[in-house]
Amino acid sequence: MLYISVPLGKLVRRVSRLRGGGSALPGLVVEKIDPGFMQRTLATLPHGVAVVSGTNGKTTTTKMVVELLESQGLKVFTNRTGSNFTRGVAASLLGEVDWRGRLTADVAVLELDEAHAVHFVNQVAPRYSLLLNVLRDQLDRFGEIDKTAQLLQQIAAKTTGTVVLNREDPRVARIADTLSGQDVQYFGLDESLLSTFPNDDDMRAAPGSPAPAALPQKPPADVVLRKVGPDTADFEYDGVTVTTTMKLRGVYNIFNAAAALVLARSICGGGAATADHSTLLTALSQVAPAFGRGESLTVDGQPLDLVLVKNPSGFRLGLKSFPAGGYATMIAINDNYADGRDMSWLWDVEFDSLRHSGVDQLTGSRAYDMALRLQYDDVRVGSVQPDITPALSAFIREAKDKPKRIFCTYTAMLAIRRELSKITTVEVVS
Amino acid sequence: MSPDTQNPQDKQGQQDTQGSKGTIRVVQLYPRDMNIYGDWGNALVLKQRISWHGYSPELLEYNVGDDFPTDVDVILGGGGQDSGQLIIQDDLQQRAGVLTELAEDGAPMLLICGLYQLFGKFFKTRSGPVIPGIGVLDVETHGTNERLIGNVKVATAEFGDVLGYENHSGQTTLGSGVRPLGTVAKGTGNNSRDGHEGARYKNIVASYLHGSLLPKNPAIADFLIRTAAERKFGAFVAGSPDDRYAVLAREHAARRPR
Ligand SMILES: [Zn+2]
Repeated sequence: MLYISVPLGKLVRRVSRLRGGGSALPGLVVEKIDPGFMQRTLATLPHGVAVVSGTNGKTTTTKMVVELLESQGLKVFTNRTGSNFTRGVAASLLGEVDWRGRLTADVAVLELDEAHAVHFVNQVAPRYSLLLNVLRDQLDRFGEIDKTAQLLQQIAAKTTGTVVLNREDPRVARIADTLSGQDVQYFGLDESLLSTFPNDDDMRAAPGSPAPAALPQKPPADVVLRKVGPDTADFEYDGVTVTTTMKLRGVYNIFNAAAALVLARSICGGGAATADHSTLLTALSQVAPAFGRGESLTVDGQPLDLVLVKNPSGFRLGLKSFPAGGYATMIAINDNYADGRDMSWLWDVEFDSLRHSGVDQLTGSRAYDMALRLQYDDVRVGSVQPDITPALSAFIREAKDKPKRIFCTYTAMLAIRRELSKITTVEVVS
Repeated sequence: MSPDTQNPQDKQGQQDTQGSKGTIRVVQLYPRDMNIYGDWGNALVLKQRISWHGYSPELLEYNVGDDFPTDVDVILGGGGQDSGQLIIQDDLQQRAGVLTELAEDGAPMLLICGLYQLFGKFFKTRSGPVIPGIGVLDVETHGTNERLIGNVKVATAEFGDVLGYENHSGQTTLGSGVRPLGTVAKGTGNNSRDGHEGARYKNIVASYLHGSLLPKNPAIADFLIRTAAERKFGAFVAGSPDDRYAVLAREHAARRPR
């Protein structure tokens, strides 16, 4: 039975690929006939399993950790398909194991959605976990922020080795108090950058609202992000500050680079002792954003940035990271299931930074909700067209000679990429 | 050029420079602990519309332990997580007197979700403990295992269709001392049984709808402002806010799935 499941699963995978199907079916088949498959396979990895979770930035951070580890010569298994589910992990494994079920990798780095991560860690205890943040994200799914923090706490509790925590997010940092036995490492921010990273307690956004309760005493962090330049970043570790160029854009991505460094240093066995820092930094400087996360395309010889915004903190960080000056701006807001149906989050974002240059084009199924939001922040709105196809062509036509930026929700981003590939030559730059 | 391409702000910006018809003070209750799902939007809409109607808005916050402001014209209360409700419950009991007095005196109030529940008689949580309310509203709430989530459309006699988004697991039952805000046309509302949403009492509008509620329901915002002006100045002289985007946002929202 044991070794039948893998060939059978791989066969189903091959057939469902041929038919253009997704990854769920082969995963389901293996799960049904061999429930121990995932656990058994992952248990063979010499460096174990690392889990990356949190509300914002999982995909790009996971990608960074993988590339950092690969720079150290490790063979890494990861769930590249973006499947956030246990079944997706099982399906990805099927693609990687040989016909006898052996996985030739040193370590697994898995991006796990908060809700499903708990189900996963109950089956496979990770050796490492990296917990990024707890922010307002699709509350219609999880119900409450405190519950999300509890889910992350359960991941930490199941971790057998090192737990890496965001020192600047009180809900994440406080998880350390609940742990015993695990090694806890932090990634942190320079004081001067704190104001550019609202945590959830800042989110209520009323002007003059009180600062959030930070931890009474900040623990020392393994890696601290000290400074962010236009295309450089300063990280401090082992008592030294190093400057590196960065391909990644957006301060929040670069903060997550500090998180990725901590995890990579831990996995490579106690930081400086074994990790080669010059190759780590070179790898970090080469990391490109994950699909749709701050991608830069070229349209009519001008840059067109796609900035994925899926929750208020992400939108606020996006507005801060990508200043509006000199750019034509479009905002595309859909409310399909994958975007979240609840539009209340738009009211937790301040749009003052767009007041000076205005917004040229609004689109998406909730384009008028967005227009209304901007009206109440006194931001000038060009045109509103819920249908993405004509809105995008108008935007590109009317801002022909300007760099362009589009803030978009997930399904709007998919539609925009599809349209871009039709109406103009889309060259993927990074 | 379609009508969408003109800017409502162009006209409204000028109104600020004209002489004010008087100051209207809006107090947000417990914004630090009871503020979720865009409750700030309701405060922002009142602030802007008060000035678009030609009055001067003053936005105040009342948090646990603060001195309660005087000369309150409008009260805004938002939603919160269970932890927020626990943090404010003692302070709220201490303010029961002044809040009841204001309510009975006809001060306009908008109470969303968590504070809707706590302005009622009690909230019996799912795990057993009962959080006492301040009893301004004749309603009671029982925690359940079922979370009611999704777009909502409510038919009301006073404000037309009310559009918003609900997300709550507490179910509220109305007593005879209040009337419902309206009848649910899409969504669930107060509870999964009687098809009513929200509560109306004196000049209080209470509702489970986030959304935020006021941007897409300017009729409710203007009711609160009008009532405040009449109570304070004896009369309300309306301005003419541009509600073109609100009308279109309502039309589109009404067509979205649950
Ligand atoms: Zn609520």
